[in-house]
Amino acid sequence: MNLCAKKGVTMRLEPIENPTVLRKLGLPAAALAATFLVASLLAMAAGANPFSVFGLILKGAFGSKFAVLETLNRATPLIFTGLAVAIAFRAKFWNIGAEAQLYAGALVTVVLGTGFLQWPAFAILPVLILFAVLAGAIVLLVPALLKTRFGVDEVVTTLLFNFIFLLFISMLLEGPLKDPMGMGWPKSARLIPDARLPRIVDGLRLHWGFGLALISAVMIWIIQTRSTLGYEMRAVGLNKEAAAFAGIPVNRVLVKTALLSGGLAALAGFSEVAGLKGSLTLDLSPGFGYTGIIVAMLALLNPLGVVVAALFVAGIFVGADSMSRAADVPTYLADIMLASALLMMVLAIMLTRFRVVRG
Amino acid sequence: MDIIEILFTASFWAAAIRIATPLILATMGELICERAGVLNLGIEGIMVVGAFAGWMAVYSGTGLWVGVAVAFAVGMVFGLLHSTLTVPFGLSQHVVGLGVTLLATSATYYAYRLALPEVTSPPKIAAFQPYEVPLLSEIPFVGEALFAQTPFTYFAFLLVAAVAIVLYRTPLGLAVRAVGENPSAVAAQGLSVTAIRMGAVIVGSGFMAMGGAFLTMSAFDSFFFEMVNGRGWICIALVVFGSWRPGKALLGAVLFAAFDALQIRVQQTEIGAEIPYQIFLMMPYILSILALVVMSRRAEVPAALMVPFNKGER
Repeated sequence: MNLCAKKGVTMRLEPIENPTVLRKLGLPAAALAATFLVASLLAMAAGANPFSVFGLILKGAFGSKFAVLETLNRATPLIFTGLAVAIAFRAKFWNIGAEAQLYAGALVTVVLGTGFLQWPAFAILPVLILFAVLAGAIVLLVPALLKTRFGVDEVVTTLLFNFIFLLFISMLLEGPLKDPMGMGWPKSARLIPDARLPRIVDGLRLHWGFGLALISAVMIWIIQTRSTLGYEMRAVGLNKEAAAFAGIPVNRVLVKTALLSGGLAALAGFSEVAGLKGSLTLDLSPGFGYTGIIVAMLALLNPLGVVVAALFVAGIFVGADSMSRAADVPTYLADIMLASALLMMVLAIMLTRFRVVRG
Repeated sequence: MDIIEILFTASFWAAAIRIATPLILATMGELICERAGVLNLGIEGIMVVGAFAGWMAVYSGTGLWVGVAVAFAVGMVFGLLHSTLTVPFGLSQHVVGLGVTLLATSATYYAYRLALPEVTSPPKIAAFQPYEVPLLSEIPFVGEALFAQTPFTYFAFLLVAAVAIVLYRTPLGLAVRAVGENPSAVAAQGLSVTAIRMGAVIVGSGFMAMGGAFLTMSAFDSFFFEMVNGRGWICIALVVFGSWRPGKALLGAVLFAAFDALQIRVQQTEIGAEIPYQIFLMMPYILSILALVVMSRRAEVPAALMVPFNKGER
């Protein structure tokens, strides 16, 4: 290994004062193009024609009314988890535990909504939303306090909580929450009809969870751009020491961020149970919490961008499902595309602000 | 059987050492990365790809040690990807690490489906077999616990010694530790911070992949999805628990594995059968979090951990 800098070719990064529009748009576009190139090579490795694979993904995601509705439904939890990650990452609070918070929201929804509260829809739904948000917030409060009180890195604790919480749900589904009518499957009882989220338009398979997701995105956007808390969160994310010096209560801002983030992720669980599934099972989320990280990063942590990114990501997943059936290419192609899109996008965004120079 | 009695059986400690081995290998990998100032959250995915690559190599007809080398090489490739993005380009180590984990995991599953499209249950390989070290294995208790393991386990213990010697007794190790503490000083000496950090991440990632390979080539003889199951994240906690020191990290891994082996045995006792099995499965993760909390106050974090180095900013 050549440890001596003088001999080797070295590089450093130099800030660009005023990046050109071409640079700002061209580089992210190049990142997306590179992602599709990677996917093409992988499709060819599976013996398929890349263009027909992409065509099938596009058709599967947006090609029919059914496909579009499926994509919107799949995007709904991703908007919530994407917002949860976006708001946390903005304050440099690394919440990787959206999966656990999602299940916390789902858990509260089935605990209260399967008969415990026998209220009409207009009364029970707001209560379910409130308690789901509280549950998610509390689940993330633990890692947040461990961070602010003991300095324990929240990345590891939130990741580990995902495993702990899923086992906890599994325990409840095989114990007190088990549906006696469930033929032995570990699933909860079904929600009472009034606890189900209604459809936005009669006859169309799209529930109000999607509407709630859009409202949440706008609300988070307003908080981030128009409120003191939003300003403080950005300041803490940019530079903790400087924020503390400017009199911002850093720890309190981090805890508030965590509460908000956990609450948002929990709404994904509420909306999946109340809008789509009607009961809680262990496969409620195929990794929506982790995918939320990709959504948030592709959206550059912008709450409104999260909606667009969630639709893109959901489209790829839904499209890849139907592509896989038709073209015999494993669905994991979608996961690879999104992981490489994430890596290339963060690189592209950095290169819009810095130039690589020799020396 | 009584819990105390279990602790005094050699077979219990043999199991603990076996459970500890993948953790030891991957923890050494993460420790090398972090000592050089780079948090590698790609660990979970790199363990998955290592588990697959080593097993697949042996399944395709190579020898066992060649399989280990293949896993190491594949791990290094992902280490190269991680370090290119985090070191010269200075991108967020959190985001890149998670991205590498997602990429490595999904690439592994994709490759598995392409390589074995028809199978319902994954094929088995002839995995590493226990090797009783002459003389040493005849020592009562210790021999059975420590010296009747597979050669892969012996390799892991030798690796800890090697990592400790290189880190504390060689100029290379000094350079690695220095870029994790004070990169500017290293650069002032005319050494390349970028090269040292990248090298550390690449080699460290290779060891993470070996940790994964142990699962498919020694602990079991087949590859399953979800096989790594959070072990990578536990290793990150073990590095903190071990205060970034190879010896202490080894101790932490064995202690941790002993708890794991204990819970498996307690599950089979009369009291254990009354408790939901999920409680036992939660234990490793809860223990990791507790370890982090306990150690947080006295941990000696490398000063430049997660701080990118860019010469332009000096």
